[in-house]
Amino acid sequence: MSETLPRAAVGACLDAMPRHAPATRRRGGVIDESAPVQTALVAAAVGILALLVVLPLLAVFTEALRRGVGHYLESFADADTQAAIRLTLMVAGIAVPLNLVFGLAAAWAITKFEFVGKSLLVTLIDVPFSVSPVVSGLVFVLLFGAQGVFGEWLAAHDVQIVFAVPGLVLATVFVTVPFVARELIPLMQEQGTSEEEAALTLGASGLRTFLSVTLPNVKWALLYGVLLCNARAMGEFGAVSVVSGHVRGLTNTMPLHVEILYNEYNFVAAFAVASLLAGLALVTLVAKSILEWRGGDQLERSRRI
Amino acid sequence: MIPRMASVPVQAASGPMTGGPTLTSVPPIRLRRRSALPGFGPTLGFTVLYLSLVVLVPLAVLVLRASGLGLAGVWAVAMSPRVLAALQVSFGLSLAAATVNALLGPVVAWGLTRYHFPGRRLLDAIVDLPFALPTAVAGIALAAVWAPNGWIGGLLAPWGVQVAYTPLGIFVALVFIGLPFVVRTVQPVLADLDREIEEASATLGASRRQTVWRVVAPTVLPAVLTGFALAFGRAVGEYGSVIFIAGNMPFRSEIAPLLIVVRLEEFDYAGATAIATVMLGISFLMLLAVNLLQAWSRRRLGHV
Amino acid sequence: MAISSNGHAASEASGTVAIRTEGLAKAFGATAALAGVDLAVEAGELVALLGPSGSGKTTLLRVVAGLEQPTGGRIFFGGEDATFVPVQARRVGFVFQSYALFKHMTVAENIAYGLRVRPRRARPPRDAIRRRVGELLDLVQLAGLERRFPSQLSGGQRQRVALARALAVEPKVLLLDEPFGALDAQVRRDLRRWLRELHDRTGHTTLFVTHDQDEALELADRVAIMHRGRIEQVGTPDEIYDHPATAFVAGFVGDAVRLPAAAEAAGLRVGAHMIPSPVVAANGTRRDDGPAVLFVRPHDLVPVADHVHGIAVEIAAVRRAGSGHRAEVMLGHGLPPVDVVLPAGRTARRGDRIRVAFANLRVFPA
Repeated sequence: MSETLPRAAVGACLDAMPRHAPATRRRGGVIDESAPVQTALVAAAVGILALLVVLPLLAVFTEALRRGVGHYLESFADADTQAAIRLTLMVAGIAVPLNLVFGLAAAWAITKFEFVGKSLLVTLIDVPFSVSPVVSGLVFVLLFGAQGVFGEWLAAHDVQIVFAVPGLVLATVFVTVPFVARELIPLMQEQGTSEEEAALTLGASGLRTFLSVTLPNVKWALLYGVLLCNARAMGEFGAVSVVSGHVRGLTNTMPLHVEILYNEYNFVAAFAVASLLAGLALVTLVAKSILEWRGGDQLERSRRI
Repeated sequence: MIPRMASVPVQAASGPMTGGPTLTSVPPIRLRRRSALPGFGPTLGFTVLYLSLVVLVPLAVLVLRASGLGLAGVWAVAMSPRVLAALQVSFGLSLAAATVNALLGPVVAWGLTRYHFPGRRLLDAIVDLPFALPTAVAGIALAAVWAPNGWIGGLLAPWGVQVAYTPLGIFVALVFIGLPFVVRTVQPVLADLDREIEEASATLGASRRQTVWRVVAPTVLPAVLTGFALAFGRAVGEYGSVIFIAGNMPFRSEIAPLLIVVRLEEFDYAGATAIATVMLGISFLMLLAVNLLQAWSRRRLGHV
Repeated sequence: MAISSNGHAASEASGTVAIRTEGLAKAFGATAALAGVDLAVEAGELVALLGPSGSGKTTLLRVVAGLEQPTGGRIFFGGEDATFVPVQARRVGFVFQSYALFKHMTVAENIAYGLRVRPRRARPPRDAIRRRVGELLDLVQLAGLERRFPSQLSGGQRQRVALARALAVEPKVLLLDEPFGALDAQVRRDLRRWLRELHDRTGHTTLFVTHDQDEALELADRVAIMHRGRIEQVGTPDEIYDHPATAFVAGFVGDAVRLPAAAEAAGLRVGAHMIPSPVVAANGTRRDDGPAVLFVRPHDLVPVADHVHGIAVEIAAVRRAGSGHRAEVMLGHGLPPVDVVLPAGRTARRGDRIRVAFANLRVFPA
C-alpha cells in the first residue's frame, strides 16, 4: 500500500487534468444545446450588447467627427477645454494616490490582523459605492457650502471649498475610496500572513517585508484597482457636478465641460471632449484585459469571492 | 468596475468573550489577536481616520441635517407631489430596468461563458463599458442614438415610439448602466458551474429543459438576484447617464437625483437633504438585502 | 469469466452480457482517447477499468454512459444496440468523481430527482417516491440525513448520496468514475469494503474507473487494464497479477522494477548475470535470442542459503517493511536497484553480499 500511494497520488493529479482542461472536449458534448439554440443564444448576447452598449460608443466618435477631422481637432484648441483637461488630470492626480495609500493601509490592517469591528470597517469602505453620486456631492455642500456646517467659518477666513477645486477633489476622493481597497482585500485575505511571517523570521524589517513580499504578491490587483480608480476619478460627473459651481475654465472638469458644451448645442465640441473620455474608457478596458491576462491568477482569486 | 458589494467573507473576530477559561481573574478583553506582523496601529489608525474624514463625517452631516428636519419633516418633503413623482419615476423605472437586466443579463452571460465564437473575448470586454464610460459621455451618446433622428430612435419614430426625452429614455439609460452588474455577477457562477452537475442530471433521465430549469437556474438564481439588487441600487442613484436622455419634465421624467440638484440650485438645502435621506435609506436597505442574499446563498450552496 | 477482451469472443453468450463494446473509438481532435475497445461485462459483474492517466478509461466510461458520442464502434446493453441511445434514455447510474450533487437540493431531493423528472405517466406517485428514497437511504446507511444539504455532509456521505441517487432510477448498469478518488485513505478503505458488500447484495452490473491498482485488485471481479486507448488485458485480479499478458501490464501492476535483459540460448542474461532457465514469454513462446525486458517485484527475488545457486548481489540499503525487512540490492552493470524481501528474523547490513535466486521470471521481448 505504502509503495503504491505516491503513484496513486500522482495519477490522481494527472488524471484529473484531461477531464477538465481542454475546451474541445466540452464542445459537442451530449448535454449541450442544439446548434440552432446555441446560435440563437449567441445572437441574442451579441445583439443585446451591440444595441445597448456598442452603438452608443460608436455614436460618440461619429458625432465628434460629424463635421470632419478639422472641426474635431479645433475643439481642443479652446482654452476652456484645455483648462478642463488640465483640471481633470489634476483632480485625478490627487485623488488616485490618496486612495492608493488608503487602499494599501486598509488592506494591510484588515487582512493581516484580527480585530473587533473588522466586518463593519469592510462594509464602510464600500459605502460610497452605494450612495448616489449626487448625494456624494451634496454632503460636501452641506459641510462646506454657504449654509453648511463650516460655511460661516470658511467665509470668515475667505476659504472656498465648495464651488472650487478643493470641493472637486473631495467629492472625487469620496466616490473613489473603495476601488483600490476592494481589489486588495479579498486577495490579501486569501494569501494569509505566512509569507510575511516567513520573511520576518528571516530577519527582514516590517517595511522590507511589505515591499519585497506583500507588494509583489498583489501588484496586478493593485494596478487593476488603480486603473479603475483613475477611470472613475476622471469620469465622475454627478458628485463633482453638485460641488463644482460650473465656472468655465476654473471649476469645470472634462465631464462637466461636456455637459456645458452639449447644453449650448455645441455638439461637435461636446462629443469631441466626450471622445477623449471614451478613449480613456477604452484604454482602461484594454489595460484591464491585459492585466487579467498577465495577473489572471491574482485577479481571478480576488474576484471569486 | 466589478460589482461586488461588501464582498469579503471576514470571519467575525473570534471574541475572547465566547470561550476561554473562567478563572477567578477575568482575562482582559483583547480587541485583537496578537500577531507577529508590524504596522497594525498605524495602518488601522490611518484607515479609520481617513474613512472618518472622507466618508463618515460627510454622511453624518447629512444624517444630522435630516434629523434636524425630523421624521415628519422628511416625510412632508418626500410626500410633496413633485418629490413623490420623482421618487416614483426613479424607483419605478429602476425596478423595471433591473428586471429587464435580470432577464437579459443571464442570456448575455450564458452566451459569453458557454460558447466559443469569434469575437467572444472582445464582446466580453465590452460588457464592462457601461462601468468604464463616464456617465456624462454615456448620457449624451445614448441621447444621440435614441433621439428621433438617431440610429435607433430614427427607426422607432415612424412607429410613433419616442424614447429619448421620455420616461422610456430613462429606462433605456438605466438598462444600459445596470447590465454589467447582472452579467458580471452571473458569469463566474456559470463558469464555475460543474459540467458534471448537468451531466448527472442527464444520466438521471432529465431532458435538457428540465436540467436548465431544475439544476442550472436554481444555482444561478442567487447571483441573478444579487445582480438585480446591484443594478437596482445603481439605477436609483444614477444621474449622469440619465439627465441627457430624460427630458427632465417635472412630474413626468424627472428623477430624484436631479430634483436634489434642482433643490440645491434653489438653495433649498432642507429639501435636498430630505430627498437624499430617503434615497440613502433605500440604498442602505438594498445593501442589506444584497448582504443577506449572499449570506443566504453561501449557507445554501456551501460557497459562492 | 467466459468473455475475454478479444472482440471475436464477445459474440457468444450474449444472454448474460450486460455491456458489450465493439471496436469503440473516440477521438478528440487529433488525439485518439479510445482506439478500438472491445469489452464485455457480464450481468452482475463488478469490473474495474485500471490504467494510468490518459489511458482512456474515463472516456470509455463516459462513452458507455452516453455522455460522449463515440467516433467509431458500437455499444450494446444486454444485446440491444445502444450506440445512439441518448444519455437520458440509457438508464445508467453514473457516479461522478466529484459526486456532482445538486447543491441546492437536500439529500432526499437529490435522490428523488431521477424519479421526479420522469414524464408524468412514467412518474411514480409522491408517496412511492418517498418510500423509495427511504429505502435507498437505508441502503446507503444515511437514514436521518434526508433534510441535510450536500454542503453539510462529509466526503464519504456525499459519495453515498451520489450512489443512492444513481441507484434510484433502477439503472441497468452502474458506472463509477474514480468513486473513491476524492476521499482520504482510511475512508477510502472502509467505503471500498462497503461498496463490495453493497454490490454483492444488490447485484448491479458495475463498471468502475480507478487509477489505484490496490483498489481494482481488491474490489473487482475482473480488471481491465487500459493503455493508450486500448484494453491490454482483461482478467481476474489473480490472472492480472500473476500472469500479466503484456509488458505494459507487467510493468504497471505490482511494484515492479524493469530490467533490460537479453535472451540467449543458455538462458536470460541480466547485466553480467546469466539466469540458466529457459526464457518463456508470458504469451508462451520460447525465446532464444534478442533483447528482452525483465520485470522484478520484491517477492520475485529470494535469498538463497548456499553458495552455488542464484546470483551474487550487494546490499545497498536495508529498510524496515512491515513485519520484516527489505533489502535494496545492486545487480551491478548500472542496473537499477531491486528490492528483496528478507526472510523473517534475518537482517543484513549495507555492503553485505548475498546470493539471490529468481522465484518468478516475467520476461517480455523488448
